[in-house]
Amino acid sequence: MKFIIAIIKPFKLDDVRDALTEVGVAGMTVSEVKGFGRQKGQTEVYRGAEYTTNMVPKVKLEIACDSALAAQAVEAIQSAAGTESIGDGKIFVMELENAVRIRTGETGDTAI
Amino acid sequence: MKKILTLSAGLVAIGMASPALAQEAAEVADPSANVAYIFNTLLFLIGGFLVMWMAAGFAMLEAGLVRSKNVSMQCLKNISLYSLAGIMFWVTGYNLMYTDVASWIGTFGPYGMQAVGEADVETGYSVASDWFFQMVFCATTASIVSGTIAERVKFWPFMIFVAVLTGFIYPITGSWEWGTGWLDQRGFSDFAGSTLVHSVGGWAALAGALIIGPRMGRYVNGKITVMPGSSIPLATLGTFILWLGWFGFNGASQLAMGTIADVSDVSKIFVNTNMAAAGGVVTAIVLTQLLYKKIDVTMALNGALAGLVSITAEPLAPSVPASILIGSIGGLIVVFAVPLLDKLKIDDVVGAIPVHLLAGIWGTLIVAWNTQSEVDGVTLSVGSQLGVQALGVVAIGAFTFAISAIVWTILKFTIGVRPSEEDELLGMDIAEVGVEAYPEFAKG
Repeated sequence: MKFIIAIIKPFKLDDVRDALTEVGVAGMTVSEVKGFGRQKGQTEVYRGAEYTTNMVPKVKLEIACDSALAAQAVEAIQSAAGTESIGDGKIFVMELENAVRIRTGETGDTAI
Repeated sequence: MKKILTLSAGLVAIGMASPALAQEAAEVADPSANVAYIFNTLLFLIGGFLVMWMAAGFAMLEAGLVRSKNVSMQCLKNISLYSLAGIMFWVTGYNLMYTDVASWIGTFGPYGMQAVGEADVETGYSVASDWFFQMVFCATTASIVSGTIAERVKFWPFMIFVAVLTGFIYPITGSWEWGTGWLDQRGFSDFAGSTLVHSVGGWAALAGALIIGPRMGRYVNGKITVMPGSSIPLATLGTFILWLGWFGFNGASQLAMGTIADVSDVSKIFVNTNMAAAGGVVTAIVLTQLLYKKIDVTMALNGALAGLVSITAEPLAPSVPASILIGSIGGLIVVFAVPLLDKLKIDDVVGAIPVHLLAGIWGTLIVAWNTQSEVDGVTLSVGSQLGVQALGVVAIGAFTFAISAIVWTILKFTIGVRPSEEDELLGMDIAEVGVEAYPEFAKG
């Protein structure tokens, strides 16, 4: 099993979700997050005083999936979330040791 | 007019039914005096509850412009100050301001309210309606202070200051003009209170901001830390509520609606008041677009209020273009004064000092352009009117600032004004109120 964390632009969420559903990803957890990378922040003015928004709003996806599906899922996210401009985000993939479905107690592949 | 006369006859008939009032009603033979009494009173009541509603406007504006960790406290301070102002205005305020004013101060003591069924047509209006109308103005003055010094003042010291401001400072300076005291005798003119209400609140706020100091971390190593407000929709709603309330503030300051001339003047005041606010907004949005490449919505909100404060000292005499111009300069004052205060490290959370103090001074001085008072049968020249307006600004400003500074200093060195550093960082909602404004996280 693989665990995928993807940080994407907020307005790309619907596209990414559709692309992932198409390749067979059954579920995901989504959170609103803030952070910075190469994009850094932007300079804004509030009541005449300049300030830098050093954290940029992003959406974080967490997906647990079968190892066989991981490569397709990553590709789907990359193509759906891309705008070819700075700040498109990152995808992290890691090994997933176990998963448990709380209701039934199923573990491993059957739990995801 | 036919309808009005029928209404008046009906009310006289009701009066007849009560034996105690029958005699009075018989004495008052002139129905037009009754009609005037009723309409004048109605103006005070409608204007009064519109101005009361401005307390809601201030509460929402301030709730929107403070950070979310201090929103409950800001709401609490607003409803508490409104209530205490009303009580203090009865305990000492009204009589100090209006009863037997000897040049610079009235009489000390609670106001004797009219008895049930009592009505003296000679006064031209119900005295209780007048008291109510004047009380809500007093409360407005206190609302101005809470916004400037938000997020860093403990509740009880703030309330003690409000009691002194509404029970003593505001009524005493008010007596100089509206109580027909020494400034009024010299020809000073302030129709609805650019100086008497708004600048007084602004001076008290400035004294507080200087003595209390900025919010922690606001100005560090020569850099300004921006602390954006928690809710632009609430701040916008608050501004619209204040704008609505201002029609009562300025319109009902005509103080009479019993004649065709008066009701027409009230209407013209509504128009001028609206135009000045509109001018303030348009100026603020154009200027922020030019200066900062983006339009600052909080400056647009402040621009509306600065326009309103600017026209408050004389909302009747100016033409429509003059009203727009007067309000526009109010908007201009805001756009330049807000960053200037930051440079001086004066932390004014909601911009009340530019809006109420500086635009209030501007509005008071520009009265001379459209209105010249008559003193001892001689009409003042524009120059002498400007002189007496400046005298009023300086005298009321010096008195209010000095007494406010003394009270804030006493509070600072006795019970203390600021919360502990830890409480301030945590936010006043948790530290002092115990109720968060937005507690929904992770509670489904």
